[in-house]
Amino acid sequence: MSNKIEVRDFDFYYGDFQALKGLNLDIRANAITALIGPSGCGKSTFLRCLNRMNDTIRGTRAEGEVRFDGANIYAPDVDVVELRQQIGMVFQRPNPFPQSIYDNVAFGPRVVGMAKRSDELDHIVAESLQGAALWDEVKHRLRDPALELNPGQQQRLCIARTIAVKPEVILMDEPCSALDPVATLSVEDLMRRLSEQYTIVIVTHNMQQAARASDYTGFFWLGELVEFNATESLFSAPKMPLTEAYITGRRG
Amino acid sequence: MAVAKERVGASPPPEQQSQVKWGERIIETVIKMGGISSIVIIALIFLFLLREGLPAFLDIPLRQLFGPTWYPIEEMFGMLPLLAGSLIVTVGAVAIALPLGLTTAIYLGEIAPPSLREILKPIIEVLAGIPSIVLGFLGWIALAPLIQNLGAPTGLTAFTGSLILAYMSLPTIISIAEDALYAVPKEYRDGALAIGATQWQAIWRVVLPAARPGLVIAVMLGIGRAIGETMAVMMVTGNAANIPSFQTGFFFVPVRTMTATIAAEMGEVAQGSLHYSTLFAIGIVLFVISFAINSLAGRLVGVDGVRRSRGGML
Ligand SMILES: Nc1ncnc2c1ncn2[C@@H]1O[C@H](COP(=O)(O)OP(=O)(O)OP(=O)(O)O)[C@@H](O)[C@H]1O
Ligand SMILES: [Mg+2]
Repeated sequence: MSNKIEVRDFDFYYGDFQALKGLNLDIRANAITALIGPSGCGKSTFLRCLNRMNDTIRGTRAEGEVRFDGANIYAPDVDVVELRQQIGMVFQRPNPFPQSIYDNVAFGPRVVGMAKRSDELDHIVAESLQGAALWDEVKHRLRDPALELNPGQQQRLCIARTIAVKPEVILMDEPCSALDPVATLSVEDLMRRLSEQYTIVIVTHNMQQAARASDYTGFFWLGELVEFNATESLFSAPKMPLTEAYITGRRG
Repeated sequence: MAVAKERVGASPPPEQQSQVKWGERIIETVIKMGGISSIVIIALIFLFLLREGLPAFLDIPLRQLFGPTWYPIEEMFGMLPLLAGSLIVTVGAVAIALPLGLTTAIYLGEIAPPSLREILKPIIEVLAGIPSIVLGFLGWIALAPLIQNLGAPTGLTAFTGSLILAYMSLPTIISIAEDALYAVPKEYRDGALAIGATQWQAIWRVVLPAARPGLVIAVMLGIGRAIGETMAVMMVTGNAANIPSFQTGFFFVPVRTMTATIAAEMGEVAQGSLHYSTLFAIGIVLFVISFAINSLAGRLVGVDGVRRSRGGML
């Protein structure tokens, strides 16, 4: 399997505060990579570095390289808007726009200019909602406000909104933390199916989720990547004592 | 068992409980009376307005009352020129203030660095506190000559009034619109940017629609200030009760507004005369107009307001 993203000697700063230190890791194409670690260790920061969402925060600075399909996304000539079409993001709290279900999914294709005719747009919307396992629940009420959906549906709507622009990578920052167990399982199922087409990176606080839903796992601690391995190996035979202490502590 | 214990522990002793109840009741009554009395006062004002103004509607044929000639000395009470004057000055003010105000709010709220925003916002809010008479004065001595130099027959025109009113409503519009933009959750912007929208697309397609109720309120309060404003307008519009036409220069001719007419003529009419009640009739028309604008605004806000409150955001 090939590497979709390669991170090399990557540092990241909020002003003077160094949030990420000397990261090196490879993210495999069409796999699910989970990032775990205690609160404040830099998981979200790292995730947001992968599609340069941190550019929107003033006073931040990145050093080192993040190569996406071999090209450094922090090179000066990179078009950030285009990059984010290729590397989409789903957030911790479902954040559908206060618009209709249809308009939420159509947002991306519209701003990107993907659909020239309205039936093309209809097609993309339907396809994306099917892809996010939401179509059957909403196909009769596409014009209803998205905020009327329950949180689990809202999160799947956000996933549909993300895949509507046909990205290659989907970043998810604790996508299930605001959801109940049933909704969580349905999002995990969905991730598994999406990984056939997309490369997925997910941040999670939930060890079971990382263990059952991911192929690779990285353990962060105070801005450093302590261990990175295939999920099975990392959970059954962690190499570093810190990793072992964390996963057993969190399991217990 | 545990639940019962907790309940006993949580409830205050009997005498304290009745005190709490009394306190609640007093507060409730005070609030209720406050609410009712303001409604009663508004109703009384309206009734008074009706009582004084109705004779004009009864004694003057409607066609004449809304006719094209306002010449009270000859007993000609046609409101049309005054309506037209108010309309043209207000519409002009809104046409100037709306784009300026909204773009400034967008710049302040979305684009300007926080440090600049922190400086500019208080300055704008101070501008809102300038008494209108001062602005009228400025319009009279500074703006009017300028406009005359631009080629208008006189500097005291509808356009001058619109400019002053626009300037007057700008701080209100900017400040409230910016608050409305600020209240839009950052998650919406992030959500838009994260699927490849440009900053401008995120603002135009997500932030502005989400802030719409607040933006409508901002504009309505701005217009409200413009419509109700009297003194400054009286000073700079020239106060000629003509219906502006394209032949005469439309926007660049003197006009007279409804409010200015009431203010200027109320002092010199005999109480109970037809002229007197016609001035009140103008008041009723003004009242109806602002009521209509307010309920229109309410409807514009209401639609989204419900949806937004379901989402739990303001
Ligand atoms: N906008 C910011 N400005 C300054 N410091 C920040 C900012 N965002 C995060 N940090 C700091 O960077 C560090 C990493 O934060 P980050 O949010 O990436 O952690 P996390 O691993 O995602 O935590 P959690 O599990 O609680 O989400 C923390 O020390 C945090 O205080
Ligand atoms: Mg986080």
